[in-house]
Amino acid sequence: MSGMEHHGHYEPATGVEKWIDKRLPLPRLMYDSFVSYPVPRNLNYMYTFGGILMIMLVIQIITGIVLAMHYTANTAISFGAVEHIMRDVNYGWLIRYMHMNGASMFFIAVYLHIFRGLYYGSYKEPRELLWILGVVIFLLMMATAFMGYVLPWGQMSFWGATVITNLFSALPLVGEPIVTWLWGGFSVDNATLNRFFSLHYLLPFMILGVVILHVWALHVTGQTNPTGIEVKKKQDTLPFTPYATVKDAFALMCFFVVFGWFLFYMPNFLGHPDNYIPADPLVTPAHIVPEWYFLPFYAILRAITFDIGPIDSKLGGVIAMFGSIAVLFVLPWLDTSKVRSAKYRPIYKWFFWIFVADAVLLGWLGSKPAEQPYIIIAQMATLYYFAHFLVVLPLLGLYETPDEQPASISEAVLGKDGDAALAESKG
Amino acid sequence: MTFKFLSIPLIAAALVGVAATGAHAAGKSKQPAYQDWTFAGPFGHYDRGALQRGFKIYQEVCSACHSIGLVNFRNLMEPGGPEFSEAEVKQLATDWSTSVIDALPDEDGEPVERQPRLSDKIPGPWANKQQAQASNGGAYPPDFSLIAKARAVERGFPNFVFDIFTQYQEQGPDYLHGLLTGYTSDEPNDAGTYDNPYYIGGPALAMAPPLSDGLVTYDDGTPETLDQYAKDVAHFLMWAAEPKLEQRKSLGFKAMIFMILFAGLLYGTKRRVFASVKH
Amino acid sequence: MSEEVYEDPTRRDFLYVATGAFGVVGAASVAWPFIDQMNPDASALALSTTEVDISSLEPGMSMRIMWRGKPVFIRNRTEEEVAAAKDVALADLPDQDARNGKAEEATDLARSAGEGRESLIVMVGVCTHLGCIPLGVENNGGEFGGWFCPCHGSHYDTAGRIRKGPAPENLPVPPFEFLSDNVIKIG
Repeated sequence: MSGMEHHGHYEPATGVEKWIDKRLPLPRLMYDSFVSYPVPRNLNYMYTFGGILMIMLVIQIITGIVLAMHYTANTAISFGAVEHIMRDVNYGWLIRYMHMNGASMFFIAVYLHIFRGLYYGSYKEPRELLWILGVVIFLLMMATAFMGYVLPWGQMSFWGATVITNLFSALPLVGEPIVTWLWGGFSVDNATLNRFFSLHYLLPFMILGVVILHVWALHVTGQTNPTGIEVKKKQDTLPFTPYATVKDAFALMCFFVVFGWFLFYMPNFLGHPDNYIPADPLVTPAHIVPEWYFLPFYAILRAITFDIGPIDSKLGGVIAMFGSIAVLFVLPWLDTSKVRSAKYRPIYKWFFWIFVADAVLLGWLGSKPAEQPYIIIAQMATLYYFAHFLVVLPLLGLYETPDEQPASISEAVLGKDGDAALAESKG
Repeated sequence: MTFKFLSIPLIAAALVGVAATGAHAAGKSKQPAYQDWTFAGPFGHYDRGALQRGFKIYQEVCSACHSIGLVNFRNLMEPGGPEFSEAEVKQLATDWSTSVIDALPDEDGEPVERQPRLSDKIPGPWANKQQAQASNGGAYPPDFSLIAKARAVERGFPNFVFDIFTQYQEQGPDYLHGLLTGYTSDEPNDAGTYDNPYYIGGPALAMAPPLSDGLVTYDDGTPETLDQYAKDVAHFLMWAAEPKLEQRKSLGFKAMIFMILFAGLLYGTKRRVFASVKH
Repeated sequence: MSEEVYEDPTRRDFLYVATGAFGVVGAASVAWPFIDQMNPDASALALSTTEVDISSLEPGMSMRIMWRGKPVFIRNRTEEEVAAAKDVALADLPDQDARNGKAEEATDLARSAGEGRESLIVMVGVCTHLGCIPLGVENNGGEFGGWFCPCHGSHYDTAGRIRKGPAPENLPVPPFEFLSDNVIKIG
């Protein structure tokens, strides 16, 4: 990592700065991490989603805390409390829609961020732990979003909670006691709602903690870049401020324009109308569907319709669903290719896009009723999902012939001659 | 190189749009026709006349069976809604056919019944859900406060992708209009229900056609037809569900312009910052 | 990095300044809703006034209603009570402000519902010492025949003015008006 030299270090100038630096070098840490910190000079806009995600986390936390000032978690009150926010609280409608659509935007950004990682091999050595921390964040996000959706206590809130918590009953022996323990009763009811509110408030702060670890791990190894060639010399990089800062700011504003499009003009497009009906344990909606960002996993869950030996289909579905995320944890060891970035992996590129199509297909299938022909298609798509990770990636690395790669980032950016000229001028 | 990734957002948009298909309807109820709503689109706003007429229909026809419990009397005079005058709403509340039980009992502990005030929600016709069902052959007449947001017919692909760009959010009012004008007959069928291909819960529903030409008198000269009634009451119900729509879209306009300009400035800044370096 | 190209400073600065200005304005605009949401919401404001029918109040009767979460004493005072309040010299009062929002002296007229309605008095029934609810004449009017706060022994007279005890101020008179002879609107 000889190229990961900082572009200057923090130099406390004023008396106050020196006083603080001697006692708690937080300004130094901020400066070294976000001002002088070297980033590859060839990062494209797919690398802006990390910054966008951090801002979305802050937005969700702030809007969430404010909503919690007006919300009560109680089966008799919650639905009305949310409507009170929408109708009576000053700007309540704005903050609620921000939180609701912010969650969707958060997931749009995280999926783009993950797929960037898959394309450019950001999970490969030495960034395995960085990747794993990311998957942990993703899991925490899903848990947070799941519990948050229950809080308005609409039909989908209630029935989604019922279906998903019931999954745990598939576990042999411990399943039923675990479900009763989760519910705090014999069905999803007030006890469940109350604890989901508490945990929904808690988890984002755990996400914040893991994000700090994630950024720390990133700063140890440095960013990947589109070529997949590691930073070799200082000329390969630029200081984070102003270059990455201004690029992230622009990307963030474009992201906000999309956010605003949904928030102001189509705030209910990404949701489900049934959640505007108060929860009724005696009336099951025609189709129980989770929010769009869970659809691919929902499709995988429902794809297992057959028993596998002693494992019944319900348990099989649960295992497949959790397995689809578990496989992400071991991805760094499944992909055997020595080449990092798909830019120089002509065959992998194809498989990447096929995988993307498979993921989108699974998402669409998750919204469909559990009938044929959707069932058989979902089963094939699920099989392919696992095949991509467990078969394609291990084999591809062994048999693929990569394209010729540049010697360094500088060479990729400046061309061979330009790079040589630059090296000469540096002496 | 980045071009490839432009397709990711497009695919993501398609995936995201899948939510709109989300399997809203049991069977395949008929897709209602698009109506021309003044509140649609980025510059949407409510038509005061339509809201006032729609409220009249609610009061004279629907309120016999349907509550609208999230709407308070004072909402009827607030900006962005029907904007009746304070005197009109006070009179309305005083004359309302159902009374309200006060929060505090009297000195003997007996509940106090009184006429509603501006700050009260509009009282519904039934004491509780069970009474509502018992009086309607087991079918519960749903509360109307959110019905315009709680009903939408599955749009299917590729409509849901187009909808992202056309900002189509009027599935609810279109459904209500379609339902109210879509009865095939005034007479019940053999099962005692009323056939309606637009009904989201099946081919027939328990409610008889509630509206017909000339049923409600309009003071402003608007035609007293079934179609007009259906439009006006759906318009009113959209307001009941989204009273902040006008504020939302008006703030949205300012915010979007600001953000687009800001994005432009940031782009210029980014170009300026990067002008001197190869990247 | 010695690659910087000299740029025309005024053009570059304008862009940066404009961008920065947009950022500040944007941040302030976004901050406002989050601050304003803590202000009383529409349903709280709707309850900020309350109308009370006082037709049942005979002389010597009191009623207690809730207004903005606090009790309000409404009393139709007897002639003796009014006379007793009028007899007190202003100089004898620990608090000479009428506490009715109109910067008047604490005469009985200023404390009452006004000319022609001097027997009626409307006050917020929260002791100005530490917030307990004083007892009225029916229970224990204290030494001055008005109200008495049992928590720390504050005595209020028949016009609700503090006479003895730790309370610093007279009981506050809320803003109110007569909508008709029998209905007052408080707040």
